[in-house]
Amino acid sequence: MRAFAELLDRLVLTPQRNAKIRLLSDYFRATPDPDRGYALATIASTLSLKAVKPALLRELVMERMDEVLFRYSYDYVGDLAETISLVWEPSTEAGSEAHDLSLGAIIHLLQSVGRSEVRGLVRSLLDQMDSSSRFAFLKLVTGGLRIGVSARLAKQAVADVGEKDIGDIETLWHGLAPPYRELFQWLEGKADKPQLTTPAVFHAVMLATPVGDKDLENLDPADFAAEWKWDGIRVQLANLGGTRRLYSRSGDDISGAFPDILEATDFEGVLDGELLVGGTSRTNQATRTFSDLQQRLNRKTVSAKMLEDYPAFVRGYDLLFSGTVDIRGDGFLARREQLAGLLETTSAAHFDLSPLVPFSSWEELNRLRSDPPDPVIEGIMLKRLDSPYTPGRAKGPWFKWKRNPYNVDAVLMYAQRGHGKRSSYYSDFTFGVWTESDGKDTLVPVGKAYFGFTDAELDVLDRFVRNNTIERFGPVRSVRAEPDFGFVVEVAFEGINRSGRHKSGVAMRFPRISRLRTDKLPRDADRLATLIAMIDGGARQP
Amino acid sequence: MKPDALLYPTPKGLFCEVGQFYVDPVQPVDRALITHGHADHARSGHGHVLATRETLDIMRIRYGEDFCNSEQVAALGEKLVINGATVSFHPAGHVLGSAQIAVEAQGTRIVVSGDYKRRRDPTCLPFEPVACDVFITEATFGLPVFHHPDDRLEVAKVLTSLRQFPERAHLVGAYALGKAQRVIALLREAGHEAPIYIHGALVKLCDYYQSQGYDLGDLRPATLVGHDRQVFAGAIVIGPPSAFADKWARRFPDPVSIFASGWMLVRQRAKQRGVELPMIISDHCDWPELTRTILEIAPGQVWVTHGREEALVRWCELQGIAARPLHLVGYDDEGE
Repeated sequence: MRAFAELLDRLVLTPQRNAKIRLLSDYFRATPDPDRGYALATIASTLSLKAVKPALLRELVMERMDEVLFRYSYDYVGDLAETISLVWEPSTEAGSEAHDLSLGAIIHLLQSVGRSEVRGLVRSLLDQMDSSSRFAFLKLVTGGLRIGVSARLAKQAVADVGEKDIGDIETLWHGLAPPYRELFQWLEGKADKPQLTTPAVFHAVMLATPVGDKDLENLDPADFAAEWKWDGIRVQLANLGGTRRLYSRSGDDISGAFPDILEATDFEGVLDGELLVGGTSRTNQATRTFSDLQQRLNRKTVSAKMLEDYPAFVRGYDLLFSGTVDIRGDGFLARREQLAGLLETTSAAHFDLSPLVPFSSWEELNRLRSDPPDPVIEGIMLKRLDSPYTPGRAKGPWFKWKRNPYNVDAVLMYAQRGHGKRSSYYSDFTFGVWTESDGKDTLVPVGKAYFGFTDAELDVLDRFVRNNTIERFGPVRSVRAEPDFGFVVEVAFEGINRSGRHKSGVAMRFPRISRLRTDKLPRDADRLATLIAMIDGGARQP
Repeated sequence: MKPDALLYPTPKGLFCEVGQFYVDPVQPVDRALITHGHADHARSGHGHVLATRETLDIMRIRYGEDFCNSEQVAALGEKLVINGATVSFHPAGHVLGSAQIAVEAQGTRIVVSGDYKRRRDPTCLPFEPVACDVFITEATFGLPVFHHPDDRLEVAKVLTSLRQFPERAHLVGAYALGKAQRVIALLREAGHEAPIYIHGALVKLCDYYQSQGYDLGDLRPATLVGHDRQVFAGAIVIGPPSAFADKWARRFPDPVSIFASGWMLVRQRAKQRGVELPMIISDHCDWPELTRTILEIAPGQVWVTHGREEALVRWCELQGIAARPLHLVGYDDEGE
């Protein structure tokens, strides 16, 4: 348990993705089965454990501790699991030296005890652990590690252990179960690749590379098909051997939130498409925006009213399996033909086919890309007509060519120091735009950005922050931002939605600082009304 | 004599009327007794200063030759009479030269512990319990949450990270007096023999420790002169915590930010400071050490100062020990 607890402690405080992956893969290499598999399951949330209620934990602490002293402690630390892990004094009869119970043993105990024995078990386990292990254990049993590691990051670390491609791990993922012994055996070269018997597993998706500066020069438009790039989420819909599943592009099972789609899946096969809400081209109703789709995402269950107000559908891009036949080796056009045939007989409200965009030259396509016919389009996809369906992001067969981003001029309001290479730079910025409040113009924060600028530009920003700090709140500095004095930045972003969580009422997608506007005064920056007009596909600046 | 007549708080600091002196005064006074060299306890500008030889040396290094008008060395354990009071100095285990000060008059003895700790420190003498009527204790880490782990485990975490991330500089924030030297000594004990690079603010004090017989090994200035910045890859660099937010830190390749402090026990604290690798090493007592010390000394009364007084006072009440907070101003509650 100690090694696992130490790993969690490091992960919580490590901001860089690559460093996290290294910590994880080193742990997986150094830890025996089944502990590493249980750790993986814990991090990727594939393990179900009996939940222990916070009230029970409080009662256990109070058996041994003065209530006033506990309150002082809890007020200081602020997190119940952490407080308990720190104040817990092992009882004297619990044995002197704490020995290190394995993660696997702890999980086995938790899974095997009856409801009435939980209290005694938790007490005795807390007595046997050191403080860091107690913290990890309490996070484990109260649900929610919150260590800033996605399932995908964990899979990347697993892939690194065996120097495999993450696509291989994603393909196997839903066919395997904790503690993933056969997976690790294979990664270490001690066993063959696990053979999946479960149908409807996830197959790693094929991804596109962005169109770079000179990428198209030597390519012949006649070799490619173009499609609109829709602003929903990429999904894989599988129905094989009586099992139906809807996966996100990283292989997360999101079937629970979309019973309407699963029910309408009356064909066998594996389909690649975009999940959207609204009407399909076959029902002749408009496709709705990403913020509408968000109403349906990240839900465990969904109400009848939700289903009615936010009807979901899948816009088909590709077909991986036709029935039970794997057709990923066929060319794009051949697969598309099968896809079109298949979709014809499906429910018109739940499925349609992504239309091809006819074009004869790159210039023509560039014009179409810049001014698409539907606000829910975020660009163009280019697919080689003969390309087989290959998992991963190889350059050449598929390209994505996004429309130009939105731009606004905003004023720097707050800055925070970065991490790692940037730990001595103020590199995380909060910026705002003008709005009227009580008859006066004030700045309201509309977003945060920590990339987009060059190293030389970062020097300029950092110097401005250091020289113009008004107040400090812990690691955050507020900087001078007045109509005639301050720093204006051009912020580029991919989209904008309404948001009840932000004071400004809007939330940007992928904002970054695209230019420093030292030529502008804060009074020349944009107004909130301009941003609000951009919602629902308002004008983009050229 | 009633204890509160022997020593009581004033705006200038804790005052002994019969002896006509202050302990760790926060403003210039005629006669000062100083427990240890940290800046909030040892200030310059007093008339006469009585302290251990090391504390006087440290004050001279920090403030220059004229840090006071006249100085006097207090030998550990030796009784000195100052006006109507008898005083003696006893090791406090906090930093090099740190001492508790026992003040006695008319049969009443009060021990001002200053800052202290109970666990082993290779860079100073261990704490010595002194029987007394009133024990004045600090409470920097006076909450039941504070259980400082074994130093060796904390040092091992850093050495593990050096192996895991050999391309990154490991920047350890540690206060210039005491903590920095202790961290270096612990790294040496753990077998880390490579050069350790130190910030300019640490040089004089590290030199002083070495001159007093504390072997800190190969220390080099953390400057770029004559260096490729890659020499810092996989190396340990130690500096005062404030330096790491500063432009000074930019010379190091992809630094791992480490902070050696008892505060690092609380994860949110580490997170707020942008610390990637907390090193929970404290020069103060944790909760079990505070409570054990009170039980061991068994004073008639406990007065609790700087830190989280209320929790320690509450604990004393539950044990049936008379205790009260002693409100002193001017000390750094978070100094560590």
